[in-house]
Amino acid sequence: MKPSDPGITWIDEKPLGLAERLYLPLFIQGLATTGRHLVSKKNTVSFPEQRPTIGNPLIYRGVHRLNRDENDRVKCVACFLCATACPAHCIDIVATESPWEDREKYPESFQIDELRCIFCGMCEEACPVDAIELTSLLDLTGKSREEMVFDKEKLLSVYDMTKDAEPMKSADLGGTL
Amino acid sequence: MPTVLVDGQEIEIDADERLNCIEVARRAGVEIPHYCWHPGLSVVASCRMCLIQAGTRNAETGDVSMVPKLVPGCQTPVKDGTVIVTNSEVVRESRARIEEALLIDHPIDCPICDKAGECLLQDYHFEHGQSERRADIHPFSSRRRDVGPTVTLFVDRCIMCTRCVRFTREVSGTAELMVSARGAKEEIDTFPGFPLDNKLSGNVVDLCPVGALGDKDFLYQQRVWFLKKTENVCGGCATGCSIVTEHNQDTVYRLKPRENPHINKWWMCDEGRYGWHHLHDATRIVEVSHRNHAHWNTVEWTSALGQLSKDLNDAGRLGVAVSPMLTIEEAWMLCAVARSIDPDAYLAMGHVPSTGHDESFPGGFTIRGEKSPNRIGIEMILSMFGALTENSTVPEWEEFLEQIRTETVQSAWITAGYPTPETSWCDEESAAIFDNMNCLVVQDLFRSPLSKRATWCLPAAGFAERNGTWVNCGHRAQTFEQAIRPPAGVWPEGRVFWSLLGRQGLYDPESIRETIAKNSVGFAALSGDMPSLGVDLRLQQVTGT
Repeated sequence: MKPSDPGITWIDEKPLGLAERLYLPLFIQGLATTGRHLVSKKNTVSFPEQRPTIGNPLIYRGVHRLNRDENDRVKCVACFLCATACPAHCIDIVATESPWEDREKYPESFQIDELRCIFCGMCEEACPVDAIELTSLLDLTGKSREEMVFDKEKLLSVYDMTKDAEPMKSADLGGTL
Repeated sequence: MPTVLVDGQEIEIDADERLNCIEVARRAGVEIPHYCWHPGLSVVASCRMCLIQAGTRNAETGDVSMVPKLVPGCQTPVKDGTVIVTNSEVVRESRARIEEALLIDHPIDCPICDKAGECLLQDYHFEHGQSERRADIHPFSSRRRDVGPTVTLFVDRCIMCTRCVRFTREVSGTAELMVSARGAKEEIDTFPGFPLDNKLSGNVVDLCPVGALGDKDFLYQQRVWFLKKTENVCGGCATGCSIVTEHNQDTVYRLKPRENPHINKWWMCDEGRYGWHHLHDATRIVEVSHRNHAHWNTVEWTSALGQLSKDLNDAGRLGVAVSPMLTIEEAWMLCAVARSIDPDAYLAMGHVPSTGHDESFPGGFTIRGEKSPNRIGIEMILSMFGALTENSTVPEWEEFLEQIRTETVQSAWITAGYPTPETSWCDEESAAIFDNMNCLVVQDLFRSPLSKRATWCLPAAGFAERNGTWVNCGHRAQTFEQAIRPPAGVWPEGRVFWSLLGRQGLYDPESIRETIAKNSVGFAALSGDMPSLGVDLRLQQVTGT
């Protein structure tokens, strides 16, 4: 768009009034804002000594977990829909025939590169069996890149760690496959 | 010329063409959905998905009289004046009802079904079905049984189109599959003690419009939407089936036949279908190695090529065995390289693996006993270079060995590339003939008794890793593209010969093909763009002269 475009309306800056030209009233106004914030309620926390409160864990998008079914087996059926939906290509699955009678296919390995992940939550939305979920764990640290690639066991352990605080988001829908 | 009316469009067909409504509609750009009909199989009209309205137009009065009920498009031949309606409300309603009926029994386990993404039931439901399910039953069962060594059957996914049953009866001629029980209890099954075990069995998986028949080799390996497809030619035998190589991230996952009426129709054999595993074999040769007495050194390609041609220059008369696994472009360059090193170089055909007998099937498919894709092409290239014996045939591998034995050649370049990691193509006995060579270059996929004796051992590329042209046993030349990159350290033969010829830039098979076409009457048809179905070199010679 050029400056001469008819779609642009040009507005002149308002001329300074007396208060603005005197400087001092605006100076006091600014100081008053600072003072008000000094005494008002704080929105920040001193992380990591203090933990932030998560508003709604149901919609918070933190570290992933892999849910377990009622027999404590991994719920995932290795359909690759999360890997397909993932815009960051951070999910790597190796599927194979399941060792169980009632299940056909399961993930032999399931890896999420948490460093590559952008925590968009598309995997959770794509999952047809509600096996992958994002928890409200938000501080994700590690000492090496390898450590940040979460494998199946680690993702299941995240479930074990968080299942009491955060029950499965749609447990009643579970076990469709 | 007979004229058929498809949804108001006039389509002209040849007077001697025998088409059904599906085929003629396809020419009008109208897709009539169908499950049980396949152009390569007999017509049963059992799925009822292709129901359409048909009628005839009176040539004199122009009045159209329609058949009062819907007719199956696959079973209705068209003739002059046939009128087909595929987009009326009645037809659309019928398709939706058929889809609904099929889905009542179908376990909708698409997430774990290997066919998802290329499933006709999914596609047609999306296009013709209804968005909501009226039945309140949710069948899910994963009853599965093996029907043979390569194929597994997910019983409840089947929609009973019987394509697989007809295939085993009409094309493979083995009739292992059957329909057991009747009505709602119908199932595909095998006779006890007679599993689906024939050399074309993999085709039933391609034929299956849903995910009922699964290929055990591909089962759960990859979702189909990740696969990239490259048009290739099978290198398993002299038939040279047109195939599609499906791969992802330089790994081949499966091969599928590509429709080619001149060669393989819609089929391919299991040997070819599963004959890609050698590409990813861990024992492949992946580096250039040079032998100094008993000591092997790994050498970089760039320095190796200069040193290698110097070695050959100093080693006396050169003999070159041109492998029938090479493309004609590669073979031409190899011969040109050989003649530039030694103008008197002895050129011969490489080893042609063979089982000795062809196998034919009732459906018109033949598996050749000759297990190399390009013998005829290599013969033509060798005769272009004047490499002929006194009875004007191309010298064979046995004659080449004889030359080595009588020491009329002192150095040799053997190209191989045979896809047999388990059994070596060259035994100790014939390899021992090469013991006293001044310089021996062996270019192969796998180590063999021969490569142990080599001065230079070069890696070769597999069929999906090269591009060029092969000429099959019926003199049909097919050009194909490279599907995957070879393993690190491997240069495809084309690239090696290209740099030995001192050409600049990347290997360009098209320019070589153009040169070959210009210099040989037999190859004249290869000039310009190649059709994906290939060209018949003999036919082009007849019409060209």
